Amino acid sequence: MQDTMGFVHSVETGGTVDGPGLRYIVFTSGCPLRCLYCHNPDTLKLKSGEQTSAYKLLKDISTYKSYFETGGGGVTLSGGEPMAQKEFLKTMLWGCNQMGVHATVDTSGYLHANLDDETINMADLYLLDIKSWVPATYKKVTGVDIDPTLAFAKRLEKLDKDVWIRFVLVPGLTDATENVEGVAKFVSELSNVKRVDVLPFHKMGEHKWQQMGKSYQLSDTREPTQDETEATKDAFRKYGLDVH
Amino acid sequence: MGVHENIDQVNADTLPFLAEDGPKAHAGFKKGDWTKEVDVRNFIQLNYTPYEGGKDFLAGPTKATTKLWEQVLELMKEENKKGVLDADTEVVSTITSHAPGYIDKDLEKIVGLQTDAPLKRALMPYGGLKMAVAALESNGYKLSEKTAEIFKHRKTHNDGVFDLYTPEIRRARSSGIVTGLPDAYGRGRIIGDYRRVALYGIEFLIKDKKAQHASLDGNVLNEETLRLREELSEQVRSLSELQEMATSYGFDISRPAENAQEAVQWLYIAYLAAIKEQNGAAMSLGRTTTFLDIYIQRDLDKGLITEEEAQELMDHFVMKLRLVRFMRTPDYNALFSGDPVWVTESIGGMGQDGRTLVSKSSFRVLQTLINLGPAPEPNLTVLWSEHMPKGFKDYCSEVSIKTSSVQYENDDLMRSYWGDDYGIACCVSAMAIGKQMQFFGARANLAKAMLYAINGGKDEKTGKQVGPLTRPITGDVLNWDELAPLYDQMMDWIAKVYVQALNCIHFSHDKYNYERVEMALHDRDILRTMACGIAGLSVVADSISAIKNATVKIIRNEEGLAVDYEIDGDFPCFGNNDDSVDDIASELVKTFMGKVRNQTMYRDAVPTQSILTITSNVVYGKKTGSTPDGRKAGEPFAPGANPMHGRDKKGAVASMKSLCKLPYEHSQDGISYTFSIIPGALGKDEAERIDNLSNLLDGYMHDMGHHINVNVFDRATLEDAMEHPELYPQLTVRVSGYAVNFIKLTKEQQLDVINRTFHGQR
Repeated sequence: MQDTMGFVHSVETGGTVDGPGLRYIVFTSGCPLRCLYCHNPDTLKLKSGEQTSAYKLLKDISTYKSYFETGGGGVTLSGGEPMAQKEFLKTMLWGCNQMGVHATVDTSGYLHANLDDETINMADLYLLDIKSWVPATYKKVTGVDIDPTLAFAKRLEKLDKDVWIRFVLVPGLTDATENVEGVAKFVSELSNVKRVDVLPFHKMGEHKWQQMGKSYQLSDTREPTQDETEATKDAFRKYGLDVH
Repeated sequence: MGVHENIDQVNADTLPFLAEDGPKAHAGFKKGDWTKEVDVRNFIQLNYTPYEGGKDFLAGPTKATTKLWEQVLELMKEENKKGVLDADTEVVSTITSHAPGYIDKDLEKIVGLQTDAPLKRALMPYGGLKMAVAALESNGYKLSEKTAEIFKHRKTHNDGVFDLYTPEIRRARSSGIVTGLPDAYGRGRIIGDYRRVALYGIEFLIKDKKAQHASLDGNVLNEETLRLREELSEQVRSLSELQEMATSYGFDISRPAENAQEAVQWLYIAYLAAIKEQNGAAMSLGRTTTFLDIYIQRDLDKGLITEEEAQELMDHFVMKLRLVRFMRTPDYNALFSGDPVWVTESIGGMGQDGRTLVSKSSFRVLQTLINLGPAPEPNLTVLWSEHMPKGFKDYCSEVSIKTSSVQYENDDLMRSYWGDDYGIACCVSAMAIGKQMQFFGARANLAKAMLYAINGGKDEKTGKQVGPLTRPITGDVLNWDELAPLYDQMMDWIAKVYVQALNCIHFSHDKYNYERVEMALHDRDILRTMACGIAGLSVVADSISAIKNATVKIIRNEEGLAVDYEIDGDFPCFGNNDDSVDDIASELVKTFMGKVRNQTMYRDAVPTQSILTITSNVVYGKKTGSTPDGRKAGEPFAPGANPMHGRDKKGAVASMKSLCKLPYEHSQDGISYTFSIIPGALGKDEAERIDNLSNLLDGYMHDMGHHINVNVFDRATLEDAMEHPELYPQLTVRVSGYAVNFIKLTKEQQLDVINRTFHGQR
């Protein structure tokens, strides 16, 4: 496969929370969603990243094999929205496959229709963000429709790809019972979901919004308490899911 | 099963004619070379029980432990308020100078204090009287007139060194291009094989030492032989004094230890003799836990003690090690902040035969951090091997995550150099126990050397001609082709002056402050290393990278001295797994080591070097002007071999990968890396964090990283501890090869720790 250039915001070589084991995380830039709580708003615009050769990145990744091997880790393509640069994503996944490095894609699935099954199949694991269940809430949180995400979830099931579902708990925004239960029920009916991560909302990205001169709409929103987070996890567990 | 195997397995109870001939102390131990001559390794190999399981067997603290520790904490609280709890101003500390001291005699399973009361600091003027006086006075004490009078007539190590120094050495020393030299304090970093006292008893050891002395009778009496004969005589004397001191505590250590409690006690009392006589910068313990495990296991097997009692022995032993103190001056504290003594204990590792050296007692010693809470001392050092059992690895990670009190060094790397019975002295210095010592040599400031090269040998802060007069850079922009030969020349000069200084120091130390009892617990003929060191590695590597890749403009003062730099353009920095700059750092290590190797060493020592700063990265920074990497005058260096604060931008593993490229071959005294990560960046829950930390350590060691300090906490905790120190009496932070009580650091040091790269915090 030919080398492909992609816009990359940054890499993080010691990632532990975006997939199994120790991960080399590639934060691509560019995202069609406008999530209110986005903690990487500096990756939203495609051009905010730096033009980077996939070959060069893959070569760098190859030097980390000993860290991947010891703990079942690998590469996570995150963002931004990695599917926003499908050729680049494809080259990266291909390279990982060739090297035998476990590849994970962290995505909202919104752009999945642009990718063919061959590309989708190249990743070993998907971290699929289902940001809400109630369509209006989803739209409010992300600025886009929920349908492509749910369709992607079904597509992954059909392709029998391993999936970890991620749900961000924001008090007053995503914590309505109907909203949580909806995601939980939907997810529990999929045969390929290996795990659910409930992520408590945090404001660590707030300063980035300010630095970019943008207004952060969740300034007055509080972070959930530990009890609230636990309660939400329990809501998922009720459906027999492995929740972290 | 053949008859011979059978004989091995039956015991004297069933076949009385097989009753053992050796001392009662050795009953049940497998015999070998160790019974005929001093060979502790052989004893360990024949008798230890490798442990492959997990932590489930461990016991919590006994009531006595908790009660005793509460008393110690009270004393420490008092000490924290006053700085020093109490100090001896009259009695010069020797092995036998003080009457027995106790915390609470009835509760203590292991006894012995440096002076007659806990945390009362001893008077040790042999390294240098001035230093001892200054240490007392800065803490509000005064040396007794009687003792002062005696020392008017007694030459110290410090006096000796200054009789020897050349003017050039003095200039280099006061400008700070070489700093931290042990010329006014005990050099330390010598590990007595304290296990020998437990295994053999003093009588056997004295007999052995006397035989060594006699073995030299026929030699030509040249200076070397004469010195050794005198040293061996001193060693014998010190062993007698050690026995006398033990007698005052009610122990007959003329014979070997007969049970676990005695083994711990004998070993500790031997160590105690060393710290009563020497206030060396680092007074390390060695590799004792798997040795002690043999005794503990024997008592457990015989039903003489329970697991609770075994743990209690370890807890009480460690409690004693947490009480070790020396009187220090403010200057010394600035270099080595937080009152460290480096009671380094090396734990775990693998044997050369492929069995793990992890025993249940490797777990027990780490468990003290749980039972007694976190603490900087003893400096618990895990000799990490990829091949160690997973149960132990995970327990190490768990304890690290909970306490940030453990450091890790690469056993797979060091075993190939030093065998499988080495220990760590101080922070990162490996040495075969009882067979090797080092001449501690602090470090040369390679960043400042670069500024000297730019300024033609003139000091960038004072303008004085300290280095040799060379051609200064006169252009406006730094050019590497022009600077490289000048820098090389300046490094030649530093290597020369530096090793000359060390030769003076160790010649004098051997003469005026010889470590009698520590050396009595060594073989007759030992390997000596001259442990040089460098500071400012990442500053220099980034500077060279900046000069090569960006435009570095020189800013000069009125006298024409280059005092600052302006950088235009980007350049790769050390710590991002980028060969273009990482290779510069590696090459620098190799180059300077080559220059050190070219010097003549005192006592035929083998030259080595470390990349380690302890906390002196702050002091070095203060003494160094602005550097071409953009670091401003006075700002701290990164500690040890660390990337500069905040310049490692690709995450933890990239930073580690850069470190792993530094060649141990050319830095055999150790390569120190301090790593801080926030808990959330290690994983979502405890199990994941443990797993991930074990994996990180496996990866780092697999890639031949040498040393890593692991800190798991967030910046906010440290900031809160600065505001409310009283709430964090035991908050422990790994700094550079050792750990400190965070609240005991100076404010500058605390800020330096807070400003370091925290992986996962952006």
